[in-house]
Amino acid sequence: MNAIFVLLLGLGAMALGYLVYSKFIAERIFRLDPNFRTPAHEFEDGVDFVPTNKYVLWGHHFTSVAGAAPIIGPAIAVIWGWVPAFIWVVLGTIFFAGVHDAGAIWASNRNKAKSIGALTGDVVGKRARSLFMIVIFLVLLMVNAVFATVIAGLLVDFPSSVIPVWGAIFVALIIGQLIYRKYIGLITVSIVGVIALYALIGLGPVMPISLPESIGGVSDRATWIMILFGYAAIASLLPVWMLLQPRDYINGLQLFIGLILLYAAVILMGPEMVAPAFNTDVPEGTPSLIPLLFVTIACGAISGFHGLVAGGTTSKQLEKETDARFVGYFGAVGEGSLALAAIIAATAGFATFADWNAVYSAFGQGGVNAFVQGGAYIINNGIGLEIGLAETLLTVMAVLFAGTTMDTGLRLQRYIFQEWGSIYDIKWMQKVIPATLLAVGTCLLLAFGAGGADGSGGLLIWPLFGTTNQLLAGLTLMVITVLLVRMGRPMYYTLIPLLFLLVMTVAALLLQLKTFYVAGDWFLFTLDIVVLVAAIFIAFECASTLSKLRKETANKHEDS
Amino acid sequence: MKIHKLTAIKDWWQKANHFAEEAYNAPYRAAIARAKREQDDLFMLLVFSDLMGVPNPASYYTLELQPLLLERFHDWHMRMGMEKSPLDHFKCC
Repeated sequence: MNAIFVLLLGLGAMALGYLVYSKFIAERIFRLDPNFRTPAHEFEDGVDFVPTNKYVLWGHHFTSVAGAAPIIGPAIAVIWGWVPAFIWVVLGTIFFAGVHDAGAIWASNRNKAKSIGALTGDVVGKRARSLFMIVIFLVLLMVNAVFATVIAGLLVDFPSSVIPVWGAIFVALIIGQLIYRKYIGLITVSIVGVIALYALIGLGPVMPISLPESIGGVSDRATWIMILFGYAAIASLLPVWMLLQPRDYINGLQLFIGLILLYAAVILMGPEMVAPAFNTDVPEGTPSLIPLLFVTIACGAISGFHGLVAGGTTSKQLEKETDARFVGYFGAVGEGSLALAAIIAATAGFATFADWNAVYSAFGQGGVNAFVQGGAYIINNGIGLEIGLAETLLTVMAVLFAGTTMDTGLRLQRYIFQEWGSIYDIKWMQKVIPATLLAVGTCLLLAFGAGGADGSGGLLIWPLFGTTNQLLAGLTLMVITVLLVRMGRPMYYTLIPLLFLLVMTVAALLLQLKTFYVAGDWFLFTLDIVVLVAAIFIAFECASTLSKLRKETANKHEDS
Repeated sequence: MKIHKLTAIKDWWQKANHFAEEAYNAPYRAAIARAKREQDDLFMLLVFSDLMGVPNPASYYTLELQPLLLERFHDWHMRMGMEKSPLDHFKCC
């Protein structure tokens, strides 16, 4: 089948989802009210609460939630064939992610723009709130470990990307200064920044840099992982305006340019889907599609991480309540379209089936490397950009995403450690540097503990990361459902996705538990049990909340 | 006609700049304001340190800053959950 058809089908379905389903959800279920005084107006302070234009807010929301994860997940999951991944991404975006994201903004907006964590405490209970904190910590831990492994792998496999990836940090630093000191207007700075970044990308293939395969017995991947955490630790300590803000901004521009390039190349080239629609001959050791597909693709279909952005930040800047539909639901559609691009690159970007099969030789293979290779092949044929250059471009895009997420993730983890320090009255843990070192230490432990000393197997925790992310989404859906029931609105539009997620994540955890046990991988086995315990508690919490709600509504009926 | 077009382009450019600035600043407004507030609090602590019994060799110079910081001092004690100024001999409200 031609990739153009797949592309149009996917985008068309998601557009229809936005036009029809999100309208239904916004008007009938959430009943968004244009006259509702949003927290941005009620508590306007020019700092946290600022009414913001909905397009700006969408851009912010979309670039905060879109990262490397919607690329990695789908690019791993196409091992079962492109159809299952395609269906889950499209239907997930329409019926799960869109409702979840818009719902999180709505719920937070109706409750003084509280974060979803705080809302969980208010709406469901204290226990659920503690669970929420634990799950967030696990998500951050895993995301940092996985992304470090992914970046290290990319830097080793594509040495041409080393100069642009590290050079981008200097570009960001300079841009940050230029904007902070207000030398020139932002549009000029943006243009200069993008040109500088692309000049570096052009320089990359001319001057590839590879680390020696082993430095003092440490493999090149492991060295990169340690350098990355060293960088992330320093970056997370700098003031945000210096590095994180300009980096995020350039990444946002990169995201739009990359997506447009990739989509344009697909349309110009019109490649055939090389990978099978359903892969009946999966490599040995590949787990069963159900339930693993639903945790391998988390971001891109539904991701709990979005709830954190929606509740903590976006809802404080909502100008009108009705904007929640565009910002939340259409933000999810944006992420879905990135996942769709990843699927197409990883399945249509190969000359023959044999080439594709060689890349997807085992479960967890392929991934972001397949995205880079396949995407570069399509860009090369569609737009005529040289293959080495196209590879560098896509690698830089993926690495910058993952890198910014690491900066932010490490910062958040540090805050959590500091908070624990003050809760349990441990003085040294409240200090910035020890807390950062603790955060880095736990991430390194996970990156190496999961993948061995050479740091090549960190991707083994990818499905576990997906599972934890889905659990977080489940908690947010639970909060939305409870709010809906208390308002006497239909609950099935959030309850069914919630139940589906819970069943799939628990099944996936059990299945993986068995795999880790058979493989004798006790580290991952323990991690799996930790997540499983959290999942079971969430399921109980859900059941007890629902039965409590039923009693509440029954009493109400009796009273009336 | 030409001048008209030029101003139109200039208008568009300014609009685009404003839009980009919003996109650049909106996500980080809160984090930066918080960091600034922390710095300001430290500065205020230095200026009012003598009143709290902390000797400050520069108090001769910081004394004249006190009236300028009065409003911020009020904000500060409100933010810290104290309805009235915590200093006996320094009332702001």
